[in-house]
Amino acid sequence: MAVHDSAAPLTLRAPRRRYSEDIVRIVLLMAAFVSVVTTFAIIISLLRPAIEFFTEISPWEFFAGTTWTPLFLEGEFGVVPLLVGTLVITFWACLVAIPCGLGTAIFLSEYANPRVRAVLKPVLEVLAGIPTIVYGYFALTFFTPFLRDIGVQVEIFNVLAAGLVMGVMLIPLVASLSEDAMFAVPNELRDGGYALGATRRQVATRIVVPAATSGIVASFVLAISRGIGETMIVLIAAGQLAQISADPRVSLETMTAFIGATAQGDVPTGSIEYKTIFAVGLALFVITLAMNIVSIRLVRRFREVYE
Amino acid sequence: MSTAAAPIGRPRRDVRGGLFYLLLLFSVGLALLTLAVLVGDVILDGGSWVTKTLLLDPPSVDPEIAGARPAILATIYLGLLVLLLTVPLGVATALYLEEYADKERWYNRFLEVNIQNLAGVPSIVYGILGLAFIVRGIGLGRVLLAGAIILTLLTLPTVIIASREAIRAVPDSIRQGAYALGATHWQVVRRQVLPAAIPGIATGSILALSRAIGETAPLLMIGALTYVSFDPTILGAFTALPVQIYNWIRQPQDEFKLLAAAAIIVLLVIMLLLNSVAIIIRNRYQKRW
Repeated sequence: MAVHDSAAPLTLRAPRRRYSEDIVRIVLLMAAFVSVVTTFAIIISLLRPAIEFFTEISPWEFFAGTTWTPLFLEGEFGVVPLLVGTLVITFWACLVAIPCGLGTAIFLSEYANPRVRAVLKPVLEVLAGIPTIVYGYFALTFFTPFLRDIGVQVEIFNVLAAGLVMGVMLIPLVASLSEDAMFAVPNELRDGGYALGATRRQVATRIVVPAATSGIVASFVLAISRGIGETMIVLIAAGQLAQISADPRVSLETMTAFIGATAQGDVPTGSIEYKTIFAVGLALFVITLAMNIVSIRLVRRFREVYE
Repeated sequence: MSTAAAPIGRPRRDVRGGLFYLLLLFSVGLALLTLAVLVGDVILDGGSWVTKTLLLDPPSVDPEIAGARPAILATIYLGLLVLLLTVPLGVATALYLEEYADKERWYNRFLEVNIQNLAGVPSIVYGILGLAFIVRGIGLGRVLLAGAIILTLLTLPTVIIASREAIRAVPDSIRQGAYALGATHWQVVRRQVLPAAIPGIATGSILALSRAIGETAPLLMIGALTYVSFDPTILGAFTALPVQIYNWIRQPQDEFKLLAAAAIIVLLVIMLLLNSVAIIIRNRYQKRW
């Protein structure tokens, strides 16, 4: 090291190997390894019963079947109704979360002064921190009766209330990620727009939003993935009627609601009902994982462009 | 608009810009309004049900005398256990990734991507993991410790990501200074980097904890939906506050829904307290370099 060169009277020798330093490094690495073990444990715990499931029920019947009655004596295992339920509810959630989240992000990034931001950001954090069970309660006991009051003839358990409330829950997620992406857009681009006589709206919608597209899209993808994986709101407010319907006033069952509802009872290990939980869980895991990977890629792209 | 030369004079009123601004205000307002209505609704429903009975008595089939004592205690135990398990693991992982890992190595990159992915896994999938691996696989059973382990694994990615940010915020000059004085790698990390990063780590960990105690689905999966009338123990059956709330929401009698609202108030107050602590730490101790 450089220090030794200047200190002439020191006897020069190779530094003593410090084993304690190596031990620290190994201990820290082992802690990091816990996350890897978790991932493999998730995959193994899903795969093993799922594979057993697919030896009893053909994948074709599972992925193409349109009747889902796994808990009946002569059950049918077509997962399509659960997929449809999941997608329909997520659609309604995104109808709220994407425009409002993006609007909130534009407001925070391009319009709000520092004092407004200082108030608004913690409020959004609170909104994001409210447990989903609370949103479920709100959807069931407030929003569904409210929809009926304003003349929407919804069933007690319905897609509309669950989806819209989930949408509000996702607003902070979309807003904060999109705002991060807009924040990374350099000011020179905005100044250039203003110099050409653009209005604030034009700078926001034609310069900042296009420049931040990959980050904004990442936030949408993540919101969809979060919506697909959300359990408590749909379990409480959307019911468990596995049917294929585009009518938001009726009850549908999502993949998560099925897993949550079925695992509550003490399902005997090894029974087909028990394995069904894992087959559906595997489908859910693969779908959300794929979307998360897409969103991580997109975020990395805007980081590379501007940072 | 762009082709015709605009006459010089007072600028035209920007009608579209005004409408756009209104739209933005609407989207912000929707979130704020919902938050206000939600909190108001819960307080109106459950406010008068937050009583000593709710806080100190065990559950009952009669809503008038039903309490959430075992659930509240279990949630406190779960919170403490999660904190005890997550913080050392999370901080150690973050230290490894920030201070030790060579970013060019494939396994370190894999570690990073893996943690990012884990952060996006739906909580119910962690419930499945708990059911298959911890409750049945290693045979721990449907006990509080199993719940704590699940919540720990669920919270870990968040704590790691927050801790990494806190560690990254410590400027390199601090490290270089310590090295110049002859400190070893671990001495630099232990005596300079870690103390400087603690406020950020604490804030991130407390926020993650407040998320963890609000989780319902994974606990539901490992059988926390049981009637527990006694005070919980670490290796005994348990029910947590959010699960108790879910249980009451499902009951047909309206009184139980009001009781659920009351329990929601208790849960929100606990979370609000945790969040305030986190914000106080952030404002008081966080250093600006």
